[in-house]
Amino acid sequence: MEILDSIFLNTKKIFLDLLGCWLPDWMILLVNIGIIIGVIAVLGPVIMMYLTLLERKIIGRMQNRIGPNRVGIFGILQPIADGIKMFTKEDIIPQNADKIVHFLAPVLMVIPALLAFAVLPFGRGMIPVNLNVGLLFFIAVSSTSTICVFMASWASRNKFSILGGMRSAAQMISYEIPMVLSVVPVILSAESLSTYAIVEAQARWSGLHWFVFTPWGLLAFIIFFLCGVAECNRSPFDLPEAESEIVAGFHTEYSGMKFALFYMAEYMNTFTVSALAATLFLGGWEGPVLPSWLWFFIKTHALIFVMFWFRGTLPRFRVDQLMGLAWKLFLPLTLINIFVAGGYHLISDRNFRVAGASAVLLVSFLLFTVFLNRKYMPEKRRYDLVD
Amino acid sequence: MPKSYTVQNTDLLDTQTLEVNFGPQHPSTHGVFRMFVELDGEVIVTLKPVMGYLHRNHEQIAENLTYLGIMPYTDRLDYFNAMTNNLGYAMAVEKLAGITVPERAQYIRVIVSEFTRLINHLSLVGFLLNDLGAFFTPILYAFREREKILDVFEEISGSRMMCNYLRFGGVKCDLSPAVLETMKKITRNFPKFLDEFEALLSKNEILCMRCQNVGVLPKELAVNSSITGPVLRASGINYDIRKVDRYSLYDRFRFRVPLGRKGDTYDRYYVRVLEMRESVKILEQALQDIPVGEILNPKTAPFAKAPRNFKPPVGEDYGRIESPKGELGYYVVSDGTPQPWRYHIRAPSFINLTILEDICLGHKVADAIIILGSLDIVLGEVDR
Repeated sequence: MEILDSIFLNTKKIFLDLLGCWLPDWMILLVNIGIIIGVIAVLGPVIMMYLTLLERKIIGRMQNRIGPNRVGIFGILQPIADGIKMFTKEDIIPQNADKIVHFLAPVLMVIPALLAFAVLPFGRGMIPVNLNVGLLFFIAVSSTSTICVFMASWASRNKFSILGGMRSAAQMISYEIPMVLSVVPVILSAESLSTYAIVEAQARWSGLHWFVFTPWGLLAFIIFFLCGVAECNRSPFDLPEAESEIVAGFHTEYSGMKFALFYMAEYMNTFTVSALAATLFLGGWEGPVLPSWLWFFIKTHALIFVMFWFRGTLPRFRVDQLMGLAWKLFLPLTLINIFVAGGYHLISDRNFRVAGASAVLLVSFLLFTVFLNRKYMPEKRRYDLVD
Repeated sequence: MPKSYTVQNTDLLDTQTLEVNFGPQHPSTHGVFRMFVELDGEVIVTLKPVMGYLHRNHEQIAENLTYLGIMPYTDRLDYFNAMTNNLGYAMAVEKLAGITVPERAQYIRVIVSEFTRLINHLSLVGFLLNDLGAFFTPILYAFREREKILDVFEEISGSRMMCNYLRFGGVKCDLSPAVLETMKKITRNFPKFLDEFEALLSKNEILCMRCQNVGVLPKELAVNSSITGPVLRASGINYDIRKVDRYSLYDRFRFRVPLGRKGDTYDRYYVRVLEMRESVKILEQALQDIPVGEILNPKTAPFAKAPRNFKPPVGEDYGRIESPKGELGYYVVSDGTPQPWRYHIRAPSFINLTILEDICLGHKVADAIIILGSLDIVLGEVDR
């Protein structure tokens, strides 16, 4: 297990040691950085490729279909075929578009998605950069994608795009707030903003002391994950690209490789948000028996599967309901959750604090749903059957 | 219900409305329908339906064809419900020419039109959920059941959608015992599927949030605009031509008409689900009681081979049925020649569409899409 656990680290070390025979120390340092950058730059597109296939397969199964199975065995080469298709398609720029911004938007969209990989702890010792403000970095970087979406929508000079861009700006800014507030209890508990330290804070109980097992952690996890789904524009929060309403939203006027870049950013965001949720609340790479990086990938993919599951089953929210959910339910709950988490750490009696925290959160959840969100409750309908 | 919606302009901020064309190429206008929409943010200020992109001159063509020659053209009106389209036309001509229909043929007509109703309502619910943003899952479940019924149609008429199955005074082919058995099997299994379908959809919070109190159609407006079909019944008005006219054999079967109370999109959705359950009841009874006998009136049988010999007496008549979308009426005027002198269709899709603006104003873009979906239009019938 020990060998498997650090197999990637050791491979890199052996490689660098070999190079050390010929190269000076400062060059080794540069090569080390180059390897990390290379791995991330390759990982992003690869993740996007197999996630598209995975999504099509999973949703296909949910819909009584088989999914793609023509290219390669079980369709595993389908993403490559799609990529070739995207490359060879005509790149259309609308006549009245702002050509520079229209070109820049998809390119800039991919950058934050890739940057977010820098602070993800993939396994024990396997973190690209162990920033002491890693979490803050992640949130700051991922929120810049709003600008790119808005750039794309504005530059296209298309009314559907503008509608999509407006929706996107409103949605991402609204969901950013509960998302940030929901990670505050984690920071409180781990006493650090570094993602690596947060994972290590969940290491007790042979790697099962996950924050999700506490009352505040469970609530924060649910809110964080749902906000994350909204952040990457996935169903049921896919309003910026709502197909049935505004055609394709902000990327209506994009084709070929530019469209593929939007697609890539979306899937990389899906991965990073799931990975961060797993890191913050599900113990990241901590876990018994299996090697650490395997735990990380299992947890991340479990969350990604839930996202696909949402897409396969849920209809979409309307724009006011979407805002209502963020401002009337998530925001007050996260604020209370911070206080509950604070109190949780002050009280030492374990049973009492668990029961107390659960009670407070449950009561506030019910209060908020009843008082603020009553109009969204389903009505009971009655139907007459007459002759 | 406000007929107009005014833009709320504050002194602080000068805002403009946005004019958007939804369609004719748009994923969820159910064909080539165009909505010219003026938006204040996301809210609809004005909405003008524009149609005619699928106009095929159906009525004019029909006036140059023999009576029987029109039958396949009626398939193409509402291409989901070929069987009921045939039935309405056949009934109009039968009334005009005074043709009676043998009992077995009547039973077959009832069976196929109720199966058609199942197909239509299934597709409607599926497409409505697609408009709501569900990623094709409900519609693929619905289409799985639809396929089974289409297979039966293929077996009895030779075509899955463009059936051309009815003839004046009867039907084209008889049902074999094997087909009847398949039909019984589908009918037996359908409630189970419907239970599953409903368990997944009807109580879903997002669906309720999106559909309830959206696009309320008041009773008065519905009656004044001569809305028919499930849309009217969702507003709480008991008007089902199967019960009012008791045409064909519908007085023999026990079934009830579901009525909504509010008339919003959710009622329009749920009334259709309940109607499917009632259709299953009719199917069970009809498949149980179907007698043995001839399927085509012997007097009209020769006209199937030589349609130009079929010359109804001079006169006019109007035949109407409860198609899955509403009152489908055919008005035929004969001048004693093999072609009808005038031929007109009262298309339920077209007339139900007239209230679209009234019930969409003041709602959001997303609501307009689902209201349009719940009105259940097929452009083949709207434009003809």
